[in-house]
Amino acid sequence: MNPILRLVAAAALALMPVVAPTTVSAETPKDTLVQAWAIDDIISLDPAEIFEFTAAEIAGNSYDRLIGYDVNDVSKIFGVIAESWTLSDDGKTLSFTIKQGRKFASGNPITAADAVFSLQRAVILDKSPAFILTQFGLSKDNVKDKIRQTGDYSFDFEMDNTYAPTFVLYCMTATVASVVDQKLVMEHEADGDLGYNWLKTNYAGSGPFTIKDWRANEVVVMERNPNYWGPAPAMARAIYRHLPEPATQRLLLEKGDIDVARKLGPEEIKAVSANPDVKIMKGVKGSIYYLGLNQKNENLAKPQVRQALKYLVDYSTIAETILDGTVIVHQAFLPRGFLGALEETPFALDVDKAKALLAEAGLENGFSVTMDTRNTPDITGIAQAIQQTFALAGITLEIIPGDGKQTLTKYRARNHDIYIGRWGPDYQDPHTNADTFARNPDNSDDAKSKPLAWRNAWDIPEMTKQADAAVLERDAAKRAEMYLAIQKEHQMTSPFVIMFQEIEVAALRKNVNGYVIGPSFDDNRFTGVTKD
Amino acid sequence: MGVVPTLTGRGRFGALWTFTLALGRFVATVALTFLGLLAVTFIINRVVPIDPVLAWVGDRASPQVYQRVFLELGLDRPLYVQFWMYLQKALTGDFGTSVLTANPVIVDIARVFPATLELATIGTLFGTVLGVPMGVLAAVRQGRATDQIVRVVGLVGYSAPIFWLGLMALLVFYARLGWTAGPGRLDISYDYIVTPKTGLILLDSALQRQWGVFANAFSHIALPAALLGYYSMAYISRMTRSFMLNELAQEYIVTARVKGLAEWRIIWGHALRNAAVPLVTVIALSYANLLEGSVLTETVFAWPGLGQYITNSLQNADMNAVLGGTLVIGAVFVGLNTLSDLLYHQLDPRVRMRR
Repeated sequence: MNPILRLVAAAALALMPVVAPTTVSAETPKDTLVQAWAIDDIISLDPAEIFEFTAAEIAGNSYDRLIGYDVNDVSKIFGVIAESWTLSDDGKTLSFTIKQGRKFASGNPITAADAVFSLQRAVILDKSPAFILTQFGLSKDNVKDKIRQTGDYSFDFEMDNTYAPTFVLYCMTATVASVVDQKLVMEHEADGDLGYNWLKTNYAGSGPFTIKDWRANEVVVMERNPNYWGPAPAMARAIYRHLPEPATQRLLLEKGDIDVARKLGPEEIKAVSANPDVKIMKGVKGSIYYLGLNQKNENLAKPQVRQALKYLVDYSTIAETILDGTVIVHQAFLPRGFLGALEETPFALDVDKAKALLAEAGLENGFSVTMDTRNTPDITGIAQAIQQTFALAGITLEIIPGDGKQTLTKYRARNHDIYIGRWGPDYQDPHTNADTFARNPDNSDDAKSKPLAWRNAWDIPEMTKQADAAVLERDAAKRAEMYLAIQKEHQMTSPFVIMFQEIEVAALRKNVNGYVIGPSFDDNRFTGVTKD
Repeated sequence: MGVVPTLTGRGRFGALWTFTLALGRFVATVALTFLGLLAVTFIINRVVPIDPVLAWVGDRASPQVYQRVFLELGLDRPLYVQFWMYLQKALTGDFGTSVLTANPVIVDIARVFPATLELATIGTLFGTVLGVPMGVLAAVRQGRATDQIVRVVGLVGYSAPIFWLGLMALLVFYARLGWTAGPGRLDISYDYIVTPKTGLILLDSALQRQWGVFANAFSHIALPAALLGYYSMAYISRMTRSFMLNELAQEYIVTARVKGLAEWRIIWGHALRNAAVPLVTVIALSYANLLEGSVLTETVFAWPGLGQYITNSLQNADMNAVLGGTLVIGAVFVGLNTLSDLLYHQLDPRVRMRR
């Protein structure tokens, strides 16, 4: 035998006895749910700071908020920590009553003091999601007066205006309105930080699962909460494994080493669909894909050009090929499922119409423009498809690829021509997207508020007024009408080419039941998961 | 760098003086190396067009929150002041907190570096144990089938993309044959059994006599380590071949043959011993490269190592984490260079004589 082969064979033989007996990891334990996802976006486990996809979902399964909604019909709002609520006659104060007899995972009772502490704390800490509460006129200076305990199980929430009640209540369903265990958190307070440095990596909630461990870029381990007030989850442990590579996720799923693969690309989804041990689940999410056309670019600022570009995207082909099965065509700023969402899709690829509009704008020979493109496969794929269809009307599109944070930095500074973006709502009320796509109170470079409309330098005093009026409308039907009207105008005139709404696709082992993909990014639930 | 303090025969005082001088020179070189590394990394980090505040507050924060964090990070101050502030803290052992993990950087590095160290060490062992004999064989049988095979094996190792090889290896050895465990460092059922002491799971489990955990950890590390080992083997075998060809053409080899020395002794005892001196540098550099962390291998095998940590941090302008990671890499290079020097000293009598 050749000496090299002999050497290799010897090495392989030497390894075999050690390796082979340990590889019988056929499937995950019956009482453990293992999900594969990219969890590198988690930067904090404190509900007052959480604003990222993964952490929000983890909080959704481990913290209770004041209010919740039915994931199958978001118009059905119900109390979770809150028993009931009433609106004062002047429409500015909501009085909450808290459910009695419930405990945190620590064993401490849940009282109004905890709810008040949690909301006040989020405002005082003033982290990224704090605006969801401060938009009601709350600030560090006044929050202790505005959110006040009125009894052991009751408190008042006072606002600066007569906002639509649904708007306020939906905001109370956001992660930032999670109720934290005041006693436990304050035991870990250091230098007046309200326990912030401790809670960033720890847990103080009352949800169905507790957070036992977070090892960044590696794993999040959750355990069943023995003090949970609702039905005890069938799973004793729920684990998120950081597996950023879709092909690796597919291998592990098919092998049975994970129960749910959360980050498969269209190709992997197609491949695992053929596997009899795997099933596919889909749920429409709130995220939308759009192009932002900077109005500082003189060509893009022309109304005919804005509209022409909306006729130069091959929506259906991109949805069916590049993003196969992971999006639906959607062309309004409110995602389907939201109050007042416009579901009409008037635009399709129509090169002749686009050419006519360009000619009307004096650009019959086309023009050159750049597009800042995040270097992920989906976004790059969309950009390349758009590059081709733009070219049919004589528009030369130069794609500038970049890392996510890099393209975002440029976009936030209004230094782009076209930006290809993805936007997910912050809470379930239509104002969340109207506030950013259809409001721009000050278009100057040093404006205090910088919504997406500002980033694209779109000056819209009239539409801003309409959006401001809609958020104060207390009649839900009338409010829906107002948002429909705003969207119709927005769809035709805005510098946003809204293209798709995301569908989240998860591939599960066949024996996993009861997994829920909810409408919002923090709504995926595994409390009811069982395994055959 | 790389001056190893040694005692000569010039009396106790003279020896002490030489030692102190050499030590002083060594410390100064290391300090300057670290300072240079930190300065360059700091500047690169500030030059890249990424807003570091974004990593802290995300895209949705209000302008007030953004402004507060901007000031808290000291980004309104001149670059040299920011660098000086960092240095002052670093000198007291405070390397700051990572934005992405919410942990002190030192805690993160204590977690991710052992993962890389374990992988790189086994990979390098694999590469050396196979690469050196293969290189020797190829040199001895130059131009023959063995030589061609070694060269082709080396070429494949050099030119095939590692993520593709990684996926193929997973597909074959994990998914199809079931010989090794999948990505990650341990199966979930083995998690939390061993108390981390060194962070090296193999070592910790062996010390705590948890042989089940040890075997599971080994089955997890086998594939990525073999893959990295294959890469270093490709490099080491090629370099060994070249060094050996050089040695085998020397006159002392002819003399040895004329003296009637056994061929195996000439090759392994004389030629390889002389080729070992430059080979030490090759192996040390290959080891250092693996210790920097190999992002693609770590991604495919979900290995929570230094490569992923630094790449993630860099992409998010997480300055403290990047600087901390850079320091570790600097320390690795300084350490391995010193080790190479020590080995030179042992392997080459001329170096000893010079001292």
